[in-house]
Parts: sequence; structure tokens; C-alpha cells
Amino acid sequence: MKFVDEFRNKGIAERMIQKIQKTSTRPIQLMEVCGTHTVSIFRYGIRGILPNHIKLISGPGCPVCVTPNQDIDLAIALSRQKDVVIVTFGDMMRVPGSTSSLQKERAEGRDIRIIYSSLEALKIAKEHPGKKAVFLAIGFETTSPTIAVALLRAKEEKLHNLFFLNSQKRVPPALAALLQLKQVKIDGFILPGHVSTIIGTNPYQFIAKEFGKPAVITGFEPLDILQGIWMLIKQIEEDRASIEIQYRRVVRENGNPIAINKIYEVFEKGESEWRGLGRIPDSGYRFKESYKEMDVRNFDIEVEPSKEHSECLCGEVLQGIKSPLECRLFKVACHPENPVGPCMVSIEGTCHTYFKYQ
Amino acid sequence: MSEDKILLAHGSGGKLSHDLIKQIFLPQFNNPFLEPLDDSAKIINRHGSIAFTTDSYVVNPLFFPGGDIGKLAICGTVNDLSMIGATPFYLSLSLIVEEGFSINLLKQLVSSIHEIAEQAGVKIVTGDTKVVEHGAADQLFINTAGIGWIRPGINLSGINARPGDKILLSGYIGDHEMAVLSQREGFKFQGDLKSDCAPLNDLVEKMLNACSFIRCMRDPTRGGLATTLNEITRMSNVGMVIEEEKIPVRESVKGICELLGLDPLYLANEGKLIAISPPDDADQILEVMKSHPLATSAEIIGRVTEENPKRVILHTLIGGHRILDMLTGGQYPRIC
Repeated sequence: MKFVDEFRNKGIAERMIQKIQKTSTRPIQLMEVCGTHTVSIFRYGIRGILPNHIKLISGPGCPVCVTPNQDIDLAIALSRQKDVVIVTFGDMMRVPGSTSSLQKERAEGRDIRIIYSSLEALKIAKEHPGKKAVFLAIGFETTSPTIAVALLRAKEEKLHNLFFLNSQKRVPPALAALLQLKQVKIDGFILPGHVSTIIGTNPYQFIAKEFGKPAVITGFEPLDILQGIWMLIKQIEEDRASIEIQYRRVVRENGNPIAINKIYEVFEKGESEWRGLGRIPDSGYRFKESYKEMDVRNFDIEVEPSKEHSECLCGEVLQGIKSPLECRLFKVACHPENPVGPCMVSIEGTCHTYFKYQ
Repeated sequence: MSEDKILLAHGSGGKLSHDLIKQIFLPQFNNPFLEPLDDSAKIINRHGSIAFTTDSYVVNPLFFPGGDIGKLAICGTVNDLSMIGATPFYLSLSLIVEEGFSINLLKQLVSSIHEIAEQAGVKIVTGDTKVVEHGAADQLFINTAGIGWIRPGINLSGINARPGDKILLSGYIGDHEMAVLSQREGFKFQGDLKSDCAPLNDLVEKMLNACSFIRCMRDPTRGGLATTLNEITRMSNVGMVIEEEKIPVRESVKGICELLGLDPLYLANEGKLIAISPPDDADQILEVMKSHPLATSAEIIGRVTEENPKRVILHTLIGGHRILDMLTGGQYPRIC
């Protein structure tokens, strides 16, 4: 068992689709919350093999995409400071701010480094004692434990030149906001596998209890997704609503308590701004008192006033209200080489996925 | 072009690289030899056909599992000549070295160059070395150019693909870029990750001996298999249907791709080729390929179609289908 090919088996996929066809009687709309799901759904052509009355809509699950413009602009302003090294995950490079992007700033000679693990930020800070290393702490609950560990280590090692631009997000409050907004009909959620590996099922219970909607924590291989969809359909047809786990080989009900504890050693829940969804209570993390010195927002720095392209529909796309195909800029003024909005940038962004695979 | 500065993505081999060629170079230099934009230029005069090509190598790190920048510089140019059916003979070798570079490492690289040139049967007949100030280059850059002869009756070009043709791939994709990436970023992945860097001239010769009517060959380097297939559809104004289950990808490459959110179809290769052949000859060519040590895992991965010109349609593993586009921007690993 190598955990890849087994979950891409054509014969099993065909049987699963037959099961879906047999079970499903009513037209439904399911939201895949996570960008990795969106990519997988397109990459394997899953929409095309589902019955027509089952519609999949993409949700706000791409960390780069939901990062508000003002945070991108702040990162760009910081990169222009002579004594700053920006440390970032690669995805952030091409995201357009109001007038520039980190990629363009790097071409201008700013010191911007791409890393793959939060702990590399410590290494870069140590290598440049005369500079301030600023790590762009972007991501959902999957990434937060590693960011928390970077903070803990920096403190332990008395590293005084590592700072964090904290724009982390928590998924469940955003789903609550989507359900409250009622802008889009959602009959069930395909919940993110990686985020749930950390947080488990508890934080999602309100989806079933308060809103009466089913949700299934689902893996990312094509058979995972087909089985997740089937489990959702089964709940809907049986008029049940509960939080189930399809991705059993990784996700436990109580998540990963060690990782959760790390997060809350350094952060506490706090309000956060989401592109498209606005400010949502408890949907992010703020620094605990003893870690506030690492918050880059304490810097006295001038940031240009943020503005977004008036025709960009990223906000609506992130809420599942509009499809990229409804955007006038899509494929005309907005493409992966010259993205107008962040959803065209990230490999997990809905617009980018539509552009690449549709 | 809306950007007014060169970005790293302009060198990725994907769409921005193409825009650069089409918008900046071609308008100034265009001539019948350059225009096909094959891997080498084919120069026909009264003595016969000569193939001529050049390429620069800037890989970081200089040494990686399965090869080094020297081996790459020889294989790359040998392969570019081979892809238009030429037998490579003479190469030039130019080095741009950063002040302070280790003489010992230079010796190692030169010895590696010698070894692979011997193996490929090519001679290095001219060369140049420049040393630049510390910081003006990253350790060492190499440029090689090469000349080869094309024997009569061989006509390989990206413009030759016709509906009905079969598409052959010589083996596992993604090995090179994954080996370099994991070395560069210090990923400690266990397993058999090794660059596939190899000279393909012997394989090409045997394939052409088996069937001189092969229409086109390409080595899917930067931009990967997906980008190269798209280039051919554009040059020949045809469509393609590719069967994903036929594309060989190693378990280790697949696994790391899943981890990082990368797609193996866009990863660079340095010892693989794609061949387009008339439908009736494909099986025979495949047999010859499979008996060669560099192509034991070769497969027929799809066919050329009249429908969907300039598009590659991928039949996915689970029976769906999607458009397989060129590489756009660079491939960056996802955040979570």
C-alpha cells in the first residue's frame, strides 16, 4: 500500500459512480471548501463523470486567495525596507497587491526568499543577524502549528530579528459565515482533509446541529472525493445531518491534540479579515501577550491605501456565489501570467483551476 | 507584454518564455532556419543537411543525484541535435565562472564532461572561459553549442504531426526536476530519486533505423511533458488525446508531487523523449525503444487528432477528461 495508486483505481471509481447514480434522486449543490479538492476535482475530471443534478461549487479554501489586499500591500511595503528580508511560501509571490506584487519587487532587487517549511524562517533570520526577517504567516489550521513552533523556537533561542506578518485563518467560522449569509444554496460540505487532521470533527458540529447540513471530511485522491460525495448524498437522501469522516486513514475525531496545543501556546482566537467575506469573529489567531514583540504590525511603516480592481469577482468566487466564468476579466484581462485577483494566482485558486483545466 | 521587467517565470520554459521569443526575438531575427522553432536549426546546403543548436545551463545546485551541470550541458545539446534526427559530432564549451570558485570542483565537472562526451561520441572542439567578479554570477554557468549531420531521408520537426499519428514517450517523467528540487531545498526524501540526465543520440539512431518516417521528436525539458505536447499541437495545428494511465511516473515522484501540490506532467526531464509516428509504425518503434536501456519503460501514450486543434485533451486515470495546458508561470508548492 503506497497510498497513491490505490486511490486512483478506475474500476473502483466506476463502481463508486454507479453507487452515486443509484443513491442520488434529488438535485443538490455541494461545496468543496478546500482548494486542494478543487484542483483534484478538475485534474481528474470528476465534475464530468457525476450525474448532472449533482453540482459542485468551490469555497474559500485557498489561503493565498482569502488573504486581504491590505496584508499583501503591507508585505510589499515591508519588502521595500532596506533592512528587511521577506520570507514566504512560494504561492504568495505572484499575488497582486494594489499596485505591485512580491515577484515584481524581487525583480527590483528586494530581498525575498521562498521557503517550504516555517522552520526555515529561523535559519534565514540567524544567517542575517543585521536584518529583520519577516515571515509571511499565511495559511489555515494545517500550517498554524508549524508557525507556532517557529515562534516557540525563536523565543527559546532568543532570536530577536524574526517577525511574523500574521494573516492565519481558521476554517470553521468562515463556513458559519457562509451559511449565515445564505447567498448561495449549500446542501452539504466536502470538508478539508488536512485542516481536519489538526482540528478533528468537533469544531464543525454546528454545521449539522445549527444549520442541519451534512458534512464529510474527505481525502484528496479521486476515490476519496467520490466516496465523500457518496457519503454526503446518502445522508441527504436519508434526511440525516452529521459530520462524518471519509479520510479515516489520516483524520481522527479529536484531531491532533499536540498540534492544537502548540497553536494555543502562542496564539489565541481573534477576529480576522477575509477577502470576499469581510471581518469574521474568531476566524483567525492573534498573538498572546508574551509573543506580541514578534508581530510585524507593530512596525511603524507607511502602506499605500489598498484598492482592488472594480471588476474582479474574487470575493464572490470565494463565497461560491459566482463562477470564474461569470467574471468579465477571466481569460481576457486576468490570466496566470498577469493575474488581477488572487484566485488566478494560487495553484489552488478557483480561477486558476478553471483556467488550467476547464 | 504587460510586465516591463524580466521575471524568473520568463525562463521557466512555459508561456512567458514563449511570449518572450515571439515578441522580442523572432521579430528581429526571423529566418527560415529559425522559424520552425525546433530544438536545433536545420541548415540545408549543397553538401547536405547540418543541424546547429546552442543552450545555456544555470542549474542550482551544481551537483545533484544522477548528474551535475557539466553532464547536463553535454546531454542537453546532444539531445537538442538528436531531436531533429541529427547525429551529434562537435560541441563548443563555454564557462562563465564566479571569482572564488573551487578549482577542485571545476576539475570534477570537467572530468564529468569528458566522460559523458566520450559516452555520447561527441568531441569538444572549441571553448572559452570567462571569470567574473564575486557576485556577478552564481558559481558557474555553462553554454554549449553543437553541430550534427542529418542523413538524407530524415525529416523530424514539430510541424509534421498529422491526425491519426501515435505519440510515444520513452519512460518515467519528472525524475530530473524532482531530484534537483529535493537537493536544492534540502528535502530529506528517502528513495530512488535520481535525475534521468542522459544522452539520447543512440536511442534516436536506433529508432530512426527502425523507422525513418518518424515525424517528430522532442525532449520534454523545462515545462515538462504537458508543455512540449502543447508546443507540437500549435506547430502542427492538430489536437491530441493523451491517456493518463499510460504515462509512467515513479511512486517517489508521485508521492512528493502530492505532498507539495505539484503536477508531474509539468516537471522537467533531461533524458526522455516524445516521438510522433505514423500509426502503423508505432508498435515497431515501441519495441525498439523498450529494448534500449534508456527507454525500457516506453509507452504509446496517445494519438494526434484533427479535432480540438492546438489543444491537448487528457483522459484521466478514473475515466474523466480535461484540457492539459502549457505551464503558466512557475510551479510553486502549495501552502497547505
